[in-house]
Amino acid sequence: MTTVNHANESALTEYVTATIGGQLFGLPISRVQDVFKPERLTRVPLASNDIAGVLNLRGRIVTAIDMRARLKLPKGEDNRPPMAVGVELRGESYGLLIDAIGEVMKLPDEGREVNPANLDVRMAELSAGVHRLDGQLMVVLDVDRVLEIAPDKLAA
Amino acid sequence: MDDLLCEFLTETNESLDTVDNQLVRFEQDPNNAKILDNIFRLVHTIKGTCGFLGLPRLEALAHAAETLMGKFRDGMPVTGEAVTLILSTIDRIKDILGQLEATGSEPEGADADLIDALHHMAEDGPSSSGPELSEVMPADETAGTLTYQVLERPLRPGEVSLDDLERAFRETEVESTAPATPSAPEVSAAPVASKPVAKAAPKKVEDAPEGDRVANQSIRVNVDTLEHLMTMVSELVLTRNQLLEISRRHEDNEFKVPLQRLSNVTAELQEGVMKTRMQPIGNAWQKLPRIVRDLSSELGKQIELEMHGADTELDRQVLDLIKDPLTHMVRNSADHGLETPAERVKAGKPEQGAIRLSAYHEGGHIIICIADNGRGLNTERIKAKAIQNGLATEAEIEKMTEAQIHKFIFAPGFSTAAAVTSVSGRGVGMDVVRTNIDQIGGTIDIKSVAGEGSSVTIKIPLTLAIVSALIVEAAGDRFAIPQLSVVELVRARANSEHRIERIRDTPVLRLRNKLLPLMHLKKLLRIDDGTASDPENGFIVVTQVGNQTFGIVVDGVFHTEEIVVKPMSTMLRHIGMFSGNTILGDGAVIMIVDPNGIAHALGASVLTQQEMADENAARASAAERTSLLVFRAGSDQPKAVPLALVTRLEEIAVDKIEISDGRYMVQYRDQLMPLMQMNGVTVGKDGSQPVLVFADDDRAAGLVVDEIIDIVEERLNIEVASSQPGILGSAVIKGRATDVIDIGHFLPMAFADWFKRKEMRAAASARSVLLVDDSAFFRNMLAPVLKAAGYQVRLATNAREGLVALRSGQEFDAILTDIEMPDMNGFEFAETVRSDNRLSGTPIIALSSMISPAAIERGRQAGFHDYVAKFDRPGLIAALKEQTAEISRAA
Repeated sequence: MTTVNHANESALTEYVTATIGGQLFGLPISRVQDVFKPERLTRVPLASNDIAGVLNLRGRIVTAIDMRARLKLPKGEDNRPPMAVGVELRGESYGLLIDAIGEVMKLPDEGREVNPANLDVRMAELSAGVHRLDGQLMVVLDVDRVLEIAPDKLAA
Repeated sequence: MDDLLCEFLTETNESLDTVDNQLVRFEQDPNNAKILDNIFRLVHTIKGTCGFLGLPRLEALAHAAETLMGKFRDGMPVTGEAVTLILSTIDRIKDILGQLEATGSEPEGADADLIDALHHMAEDGPSSSGPELSEVMPADETAGTLTYQVLERPLRPGEVSLDDLERAFRETEVESTAPATPSAPEVSAAPVASKPVAKAAPKKVEDAPEGDRVANQSIRVNVDTLEHLMTMVSELVLTRNQLLEISRRHEDNEFKVPLQRLSNVTAELQEGVMKTRMQPIGNAWQKLPRIVRDLSSELGKQIELEMHGADTELDRQVLDLIKDPLTHMVRNSADHGLETPAERVKAGKPEQGAIRLSAYHEGGHIIICIADNGRGLNTERIKAKAIQNGLATEAEIEKMTEAQIHKFIFAPGFSTAAAVTSVSGRGVGMDVVRTNIDQIGGTIDIKSVAGEGSSVTIKIPLTLAIVSALIVEAAGDRFAIPQLSVVELVRARANSEHRIERIRDTPVLRLRNKLLPLMHLKKLLRIDDGTASDPENGFIVVTQVGNQTFGIVVDGVFHTEEIVVKPMSTMLRHIGMFSGNTILGDGAVIMIVDPNGIAHALGASVLTQQEMADENAARASAAERTSLLVFRAGSDQPKAVPLALVTRLEEIAVDKIEISDGRYMVQYRDQLMPLMQMNGVTVGKDGSQPVLVFADDDRAAGLVVDEIIDIVEERLNIEVASSQPGILGSAVIKGRATDVIDIGHFLPMAFADWFKRKEMRAAASARSVLLVDDSAFFRNMLAPVLKAAGYQVRLATNAREGLVALRSGQEFDAILTDIEMPDMNGFEFAETVRSDNRLSGTPIIALSSMISPAAIERGRQAGFHDYVAKFDRPGLIAALKEQTAEISRAA
């Protein structure tokens, strides 16, 4: 996932950054397939709340994950169309719906810290550590954990 | 080496690789019953095939392995040792197969060591088999197997390597230049394809130069590769459609011509790719003649196998899935269906039994029928087994028809074979067949006539990739319903023949005298947006799954479309309501509704469904809900008549009404129809006049009324009897006191002999009839009818009163009874009468407002001679005549 080089202490990982509910997140660039504007999202009845729906991305059916719901954050007030970060897991395509896409950052692995004890539990569950940036924290998203949505979390 | 053996080799190699895979997974997850079932079936198949090909060594090994795995299935703990032992058995099997491929015959040798170890393990559990294990199981063999597993890791879809792609094109070309000839049998099919070939090829070259004919004659293409190609083509079609759309909007462009060409090429490409997936069904039948021949010698039966329509083509993926079920069913027919020659001769049949296989296209489906002229299903044994397995209680079974009982053979773990033989009887049976058929959205049906044979009919879609689907709308979203399960579409509207009714909050549709349970799609999917959905209106997609028919209520129906089925994301696969999703022509993704899932949601098992509907109907009649026509005639007070008695409602132009013989007449359907008036009704000077038409055989009479108000479904309870002629009494209908009119009073006004004509002639002497009905309305309505037909009528208001009348010494020629009555119902009444020696000869006719096959069957068992609808007056008279005539003949 990361370009870890043990000989060289200053190994770097590139992150695609994104904001969700005001918080900055980083996704390892190696996991990101593409960034796209989700269009014509079809809701899936009986699916978990975390699943925003499915959409057609160049002939592939992509499952869109509502990251706000996944992080148990309140729904965005403005109905601004979200952006989506495309990721893959076991050959299937997913789109993580985020509020806004940010820049790509190259950060040293040694700068990554374990989750601070006071990190919001909702985020801590999906976090693979944090980076301290100037004035803000960047939570590293654990993509695999994000995509572990228990099937029994039915929208009853 | 014959084709059969070739095919067996490639297939078995694949199966074995899969078993390897599955076993390793199983060891890690021993509680996963699904994996175990898969392995068990694979080995079972290998064993079976070996048996038929006369490969005793292989068969013995597979049989021993299967026995051990059967123990696992029964709950024996799975240990690493045991798995290793099975793996080494599989290695041995592979070894034998390798030599078999090289020499064409099974090598000499004994496998007692392994077989003993396997039996030991199966009988004594894992601990005692240690010593044998070390001899037979060198460690490096295990290692070898495990490496396999790594190699076998399936490609991730979408992760198609350049090599794969290139091969795909190469192979597609080959297929299209030499379109799959039905005679190329090696184009066999298994989802794991290509990998085993790649692995096996070098080995074959070393072992036997002539052995790789198997690989040379055909090229195997990974299904994933074809799948990918198919996806790309679908995408191309989509893009083409978008381009065409754009080009339509711009009148003057030079794109038109090249675009047209692109369009044609795309269509051809699509067809070509589809074709690569099509194979004649004969490929799946190839093994059968040999199997049947072997079976006939093994079982000592003479069997002829007829095959029709072997060149019928279908998608290879479908073909794969039905191959095993077909083989299994043919085996079943030979083993259980057909009798021995001696039995056949005894039954007056030709010595040679026949199994007939046929396949043909029908619409977008292929119908496969496996029929034999044997003894038919053993209903009694199925009954016993069903009770034993807890599938139904004895009471439930008693109520079932034979066809319903026969369906039990599709239940999981159901096998009526008394002993486990190498042919069948391990419980890997018709349930597997059904599961496979269900998986591909097919239906299976069995018909059996005792002593004459049975036939199984399978209806499956031609292809899984592209299906015809009905696009519907619910709560603003579109959904696809596979056309295969759609029987018809009904537009339900209030006040029309088809309207949605409610029986205790359950919506139902009355369709051709059947009550159809309804499900609102949006409620089922919990997407009801609360927008006003008229409870009585809607589009109903009448759907059939197995023998279960139900209606799916949707908000709108668009059109049918050929859709490309794409599997649901694993994250969404647990939702049973959908079988997949698809991209529509306009680029939107929609869900494909799984009718099986909806059938499950209906809550009732497939078998009991029809009975439930019948029961609902019975409940409805218990509540005496009757459709009534409400009208105004003569006064402001509304009047009503049971709708079922009215043949038609007509508006007749006043100038057509003539006076003849002092009565109003009108020419109606080439006849003169007399019109009757109720007191106070006047025929207007112009315009038109509503008329209720009553027809019977060839004559009709009209009742002139002022205005037709409504048709209501109400509990009809006549509270105040009337002394006024022509009025039965008053009832509260829709909150208003309403006169219920007595048609029996008016009809003789039109034709004095209305009720008398034929009936009188037939009934030379007055016969007496006991009429038992708790409803005053029906007693009042039927009594005059019966009297008019020349019967003496004695009335009883309930079953007990009826019994008193019967035992009072008065003799009756026939008994008419209602079914739904308080205290003692019609069935109980009939049983009581039947059990009374003095009365048992008297015919009993049931009267019911709902007639269904199941109710009739129930009635027949209770001892009814006939079953007549309450409003079916001619039917009632005819039934009475017939029953009383029989009595007089017998007398």
